[in-house]
Formats: sequence, C-alpha cells, structure tokens
Amino acid sequence: MAEDIKVIVFKLGTEEYGIEVEKVQTIERMMPITRVPKTFSFIKGVINLRGVVIPVIDLRGRFGIAEAEHTDQTRVIIVNVNEMEVGFIVDSANDVIDLNRDSIDTPPDVVGGIKAKYLDGVAKIGEDRLLIMLNLSEVLNKNEIVQLESLEG
Amino acid sequence: MDMNQYLSMFIDESNDHLQSLNESMMGLEANPEDLSIVQVIFRSAHTLKGMAATMGFEDLASLTHQMENVLDLVRNNKLRMQDFIFDTLFKSLDALESMVEDITGGGAGKADVSAIVASLQAIVRGEIPTAAGAASEATAAAAPKAADAPVFLDEFQYSVLEQSLQEGHKVLYVDVAIRKDCQLKAVRAYMVFDLLERSGEVVKSFPSVQDIEQEKFEHSFSLYYITQKEASEIQAMILNLSEIEKVTAVALDQESLRQMGQETVAATSEAPAPVKASEPAVGNGNASPAAAAHAKEESKAAPARTGGAPSRTIRVDIERLDVLMNLFSELLIDRVRLEQLASEVQNGDLTETVEHMSRVSGDLQNIVMKLRMVPVDTVFNRFPRMVRDLAKSLDKKIDLVVTGAETELDRTVIDEIGDPLVHLLRNAVDHGVEGIQERLAAGKSDTGTVNLRAFHSGNHVFIEIEDDGAGINPQKILQSAIKKGILTQEQASNYSDDEAIQLLFAPGFSTAEVISDVSGRGVGLDVVKSKITSLGGNVVIYSTQGKGTNFSVQLPLTLSIIAAMLVRLGSEKYAIPLSSIVETGIVKQSQIRTIHGNKMLEFRNSHIPLVSLSKIFSIPDYDESTEEETEIVVIRKGERLVALAVQDFIGQNEIVIKNLGKYLPEVQGISGATILGDGQVALIIDPNAFIK
Repeated sequence: MAEDIKVIVFKLGTEEYGIEVEKVQTIERMMPITRVPKTFSFIKGVINLRGVVIPVIDLRGRFGIAEAEHTDQTRVIIVNVNEMEVGFIVDSANDVIDLNRDSIDTPPDVVGGIKAKYLDGVAKIGEDRLLIMLNLSEVLNKNEIVQLESLEG
Repeated sequence: MDMNQYLSMFIDESNDHLQSLNESMMGLEANPEDLSIVQVIFRSAHTLKGMAATMGFEDLASLTHQMENVLDLVRNNKLRMQDFIFDTLFKSLDALESMVEDITGGGAGKADVSAIVASLQAIVRGEIPTAAGAASEATAAAAPKAADAPVFLDEFQYSVLEQSLQEGHKVLYVDVAIRKDCQLKAVRAYMVFDLLERSGEVVKSFPSVQDIEQEKFEHSFSLYYITQKEASEIQAMILNLSEIEKVTAVALDQESLRQMGQETVAATSEAPAPVKASEPAVGNGNASPAAAAHAKEESKAAPARTGGAPSRTIRVDIERLDVLMNLFSELLIDRVRLEQLASEVQNGDLTETVEHMSRVSGDLQNIVMKLRMVPVDTVFNRFPRMVRDLAKSLDKKIDLVVTGAETELDRTVIDEIGDPLVHLLRNAVDHGVEGIQERLAAGKSDTGTVNLRAFHSGNHVFIEIEDDGAGINPQKILQSAIKKGILTQEQASNYSDDEAIQLLFAPGFSTAEVISDVSGRGVGLDVVKSKITSLGGNVVIYSTQGKGTNFSVQLPLTLSIIAAMLVRLGSEKYAIPLSSIVETGIVKQSQIRTIHGNKMLEFRNSHIPLVSLSKIFSIPDYDESTEEETEIVVIRKGERLVALAVQDFIGQNEIVIKNLGKYLPEVQGISGATILGDGQVALIIDPNAFIK
C-alpha cells in the first residue's frame, strides 16, 4: 500500500478537484481584489493577505471554463508552489479527505474540458465521486501562459 | 583546529586591513617624510601577516612578510621611500587583495607572487638587513600565538632573542623601577619605551604594554631588548630620565637567556594575565603619534579575536535587517489602518492612544531606516587608490578631493552605486582633466583636481564628480551625434548647449578621439545613466568650457519606503512616487490640443504630452475625455515632462513598496504595489514608463 495523503477538495461547477494539503497555505473568503491592468484576463488582480501582496487567478478562466458570479461559497485558495504564492478563486472549498496514492489513476486525455497535462490523475472516492487532482506546477507554468496569450492574440 | 569558523572573521578583518593599508599608503605617498604613517602601515601589514599565518595562508603571509621587510627599513630611516618602492608596494597590495578575494570565493588563497617578492627583496637588498628586521619578523609570527594563550616568553620570542644573539646583537634584560611618588607612571614608562625604541627593539615586556599604558603596574616593569649598545650605556640613558628610581640592564648570553626566561615566567605568572595580542604594538604604538590610531585599531580588532573586551558596535547579518524592515513595513500598514479606524470611531481615548502610537512608530521608522544606512565611504574608500593608478598610467597629475564621505545611503542603493561611480570617475580622470602640457598651456596648475562630493538634500542624496578640466564643447557633441546618426541636422539646431551635453548619455555615444583602455570604448555612460535611473535616481551634466565638468548624481535615500501621491481613477487608486512629480493642476478641455493624433498640453510655455491613464490601464468606470475639466499630474524624467490625466487627488502618503509577487509578469507602467490604510492594495505607477 502506498502512503495516504491529505487533499483539499474544491469545486468548479459540478466537478470536484483536489490539491495536496502541503501546497495550500490558507483558504480565504472572497476579499477585495485590486485589478492589475494589462495582464491576462484570468488574472483577477492582487489581494492583500496579511501584508503580503498576492496575485489571484480565476481557475475557471485559467481552464477556459465560463467564469461565474462570486457567491457566499466562493473561496480563494492560497497555494505556494515553486516559491510562488498565488490565490485560486474557486466556487467552493469545504472538504479535506485522506486519499491513498494507489487510488489515483492516470487521467484520460480531457477531463471536464481541462487538458490532461494540468492533471496529476483522477481518484475515485466512494461510489460515484470522482476527484481530479491538479498538477499545480503546470497550472502555474508561465511559458504555457505566453503560448496561451499568443494564441488568443 | 577547525579554521572555518574563523574564516569569515579573517576575511572581514583582512579587508579592513587591506583598506587601511591602501589609505595609509596613499597618505604616505602624499607625505613621504611622515614616518608615523609608516608605523601605521607596518602594524597593519604585521597583523595581516599574523592572521594569514595562523589561518594557514602561506602565500599571503610570505608576501606580507616581504612588504614588512621593506617597510621596516623605511621606518628605521634605512631606506627612503621612492616612486618605484611605492609602485611595488601597491602591486603587492593588489596581489594581496586578489588572494583575499580568492579566499572569499572559497579558494586556497594561492597565487604566484614570485615576481613581486623578488622585487621587494631587491629593494631590501639595497641595504643591510638589521636586527630590527629580524626581530620584527619573528614577533609577527608570535602575534597570533600570543592571542591564543598568554604565555610570557614563548618559543617565538625566545627564538628571536636567540637568533639576535647569534647575529651578534646584544640582548638585554632591563628592569626599570619608577619612583613611588611618581604621579604619571604610565607617562614615565612611555618615555622609557620611546627612548629604547630609538636604539633597538623591545621584544617583550612584563607587564604587557597595554597594562603599562593603563597604569596597571606597581612601580617597576621589565623587558627584553635587542640593541647594539652596551648594557651600561642603556642603563645610563634610562637613568637620565626623571623620576626613575633604579635601572638594571643585564646583557644575556644564550645560557642566561634560557634561565632568565624561565625565571621571569615563574615570577610574573601571578600578575594579571594580558589577554590581548599586544606584542606587535610594542614597537609602534609607543614610538609615534600613531598611538591614538593604534588604540582605536586595537580595540576594533581585539573583541573579534578574543571575544572578551567590551565593544560598542556589533555586526549584524544583513538578512536580519531585511526581516526587521519587512516586519516594520507591516506595522506601518496597520498603523495607517488604525489611524483610519480611530478617526471613524471618534473615541477620545482611542484617538489619543493611536496618535501616540503613530509618533512612536514614526521614531521607530527613523531608527529602522537608519540601521540600514551605510556611509558612502564604503564605496568611496577605494577611489583614491583607483584615481592614483589611473592618473599615473595616463601621465597626469590629479588630486582627488573627497568630501561628505560620511553621508549615509540605504544599503541597497550603496550596493548598486559603486560601478556607475567608478565609471564616472574614470571618465573625469581620462576625459575631464587635461594632460600636464595642455593644462600649463591653458594657464592652469599642472595638477588637476577631481572633487568627489556627497551630500543630503531633501529626500535625496547627491553625489557629484567635478573636475577642473577643459569642459565639454556642446558643438563637438552635436556634430558627433549627427555623424553617428543619433540626431539629424535639423534636430540638432534645436538643441540648447545644456541639452547637447546630456547627449553624452545617449546610447552608443562616445566622443573620445583616441580610444584608451581607461574609458571611452563607446559603451558606458548610457549604461551608467540607466543604472542610476533604475535606482530611482537621475544624473545630469553641468559643464563650463575651460573650467570643468560636473556629473551630478541624484539618488533616493531609500528604496523601500517612499513618499507618494495617491490618485483616484474611477473606483481604482494608484500611487505616484512624489520624487518624479513636478506639479499638479487642473486643465480645461479647451486647453488640450491634438497634434499628430497625440494630445498635447501647454505647460509653462512649452507643449507636453497628455497621457490618459484611464485608456492605458483600460479603467472601466472613468474616462476623462467626458469631463469639462481634468486633474493632471505632471511628472518628470530627466528634462522631459509628461502630464497624466487623473480623476481625483487623494493625498500624499508614505507608502511601503511591495512587489507584485513572482507569478505576475512585468506590467508596463506599474512598478509595484502598496497596501493602503483600508487594507486595499494600490498599484504604484512607474513614471519612467510613460516617458520614452
């Protein structure tokens, strides 16, 4: 048996996603965001998290899903990957579960419209719940953004 | 013994000593007759050698040793300082510096110094080596030992004495008793030492020189002394001094030396043990006016070596200061927030407390900022040497006059400013000051002067490099610029003389007719300018033909907290650094003209571009073109002005600069962010981005 890991579960639309708990700094309620001009549309701006200025990304926008109105449930998950601190805006985040690494399968090519390279795998939990594990370094890969931009532009 | 823990200390102190060696050598060159400077140099070299030997850096130690031999001849009037000796010594210093650099970089400090050593030895060979030479050499080796353990006559000193005997010198054991009613016994003791130093070398004294200086002795002291004179002669000499009660000087042979050595150790071991490595100071500190300097130097070095003596300064890791600064920044943000809350709540007690806290944190801010301040001397101190070498290689005579070296700047600025200043100085020496013949022909003295000045003015520090050379010919600059395609003939005719001179900073510009290896490779001044600009500073040239040129560098005091003007654009707030704001105002729509599709504004008799921030930043809920009147902020970069259209002025504030985080790509026009009193983030506008 491989080791158990703790995973933060959050939602985008109807899908459930997971991030390893070590990579998450805090989960915050929605807070005022200062828009940063002349940057990618999915970068919503910067927030003041206890004195540190942190950029926030709308994950829906990042994955090309239509962006939604922010609700009471909307959360900002602050992650720390490769010494970069970034906030993710997600629809809701309300669960921490234990997951065995063995139960994570390699992902199919496209899950919920997200390219496979952003994913670490898909885990089946319970009878009919699927949890999509995110590959954070890919999600935050800047080269990827530059390409994205050139396609858009 | 594991030496690694001492390595950084060794490097620090070596650099200190090398610096003071350089400075003293410069002083000596200006004033070759002043033997007190030689003493200072000798002592620095001596300590350096001792440290290097202890740490096992043989090459360093042996080169220093050769330098010492030369210096020793000089201080004993056996050798007169001459130009070639200075050059050789300076070369040795350079070699030492590169070795220390190598050690700093993790190397073994090895270097091939045989050529320098050979020339040093050649200098020494011009004279007969003296007893003092041999003695000083061995006491040097003894110095680090003495620091390790307070042994009284250790094997080194013993071997010095023994060696001196073999070489035919006389070793005396001198016992001096001062009269019991003597008021200033330390002074008497000093006179004895002074006297003895004139005709020989004191190897060791009991109690130590430090203790004697501080009157920590009863009424007598004894010492080992190497000389050519007879014991009776010495005895008579000392007795000639007043208030000396009794002197016994005994000439020692090998056998009695051994016995005496053991006896004295036994006899004096009850005396308070001298802790400091005082040995090398015996010959120098007492014999010259350098005593004060020596005391200062000693107190600086001693705590590091022994850790025992009290000290008034401590060395602090730079990173800790950075952390302190960050923490303080957070406090500052909370303060602003508290002030805002208090003004909303309108509670008297609360307001009072918050006001007090504001005052205290204001003081705290000053202190924290001061902690990070470093005198520009740390950059300036290497310049005299550099200018000397340059002037020599160019066959010019140049005086570098440094003023305001104590002016302080933030460490971050200091770290960056060195290279640009080097370049400007080289420029002044190479292109500014004329050759000797030209100067004489122009009716000036043959020695050129380069002034290096630093001073405070408002929120800025100015560093000026001014030469009294030929000045800059604006016409020549313009012609050169046209030739290089930087300007068209037509453009050039519109340039005033002052504007023309600033062209020196244009990329790819160099007016040097002959390319020298000093400066004028066609790169440089533009790099200097961009470096200074990136620090938030500015550089301007003032020049009068025939009189000289002045490069004036303006630098911000600090890079982390700045004064800024907060402005509103719709629902968004932005901060504009106050340092680049010329003025603010209101213009009517009718005053704005469109020229070539660009909006221009008449401002103080000239036309300046009007930039729409709301368009550039695509601000959703504000557009100034719909308004009858527009608030403008006029910003400056160098001589150029631009007006930024804003909606409202919020006010002036001290803001803490934060970066936008690693994830965000560079945003044009934005240099960072700050956190406002209400906790919101406001972006800081980079004024330079709007002026091309």
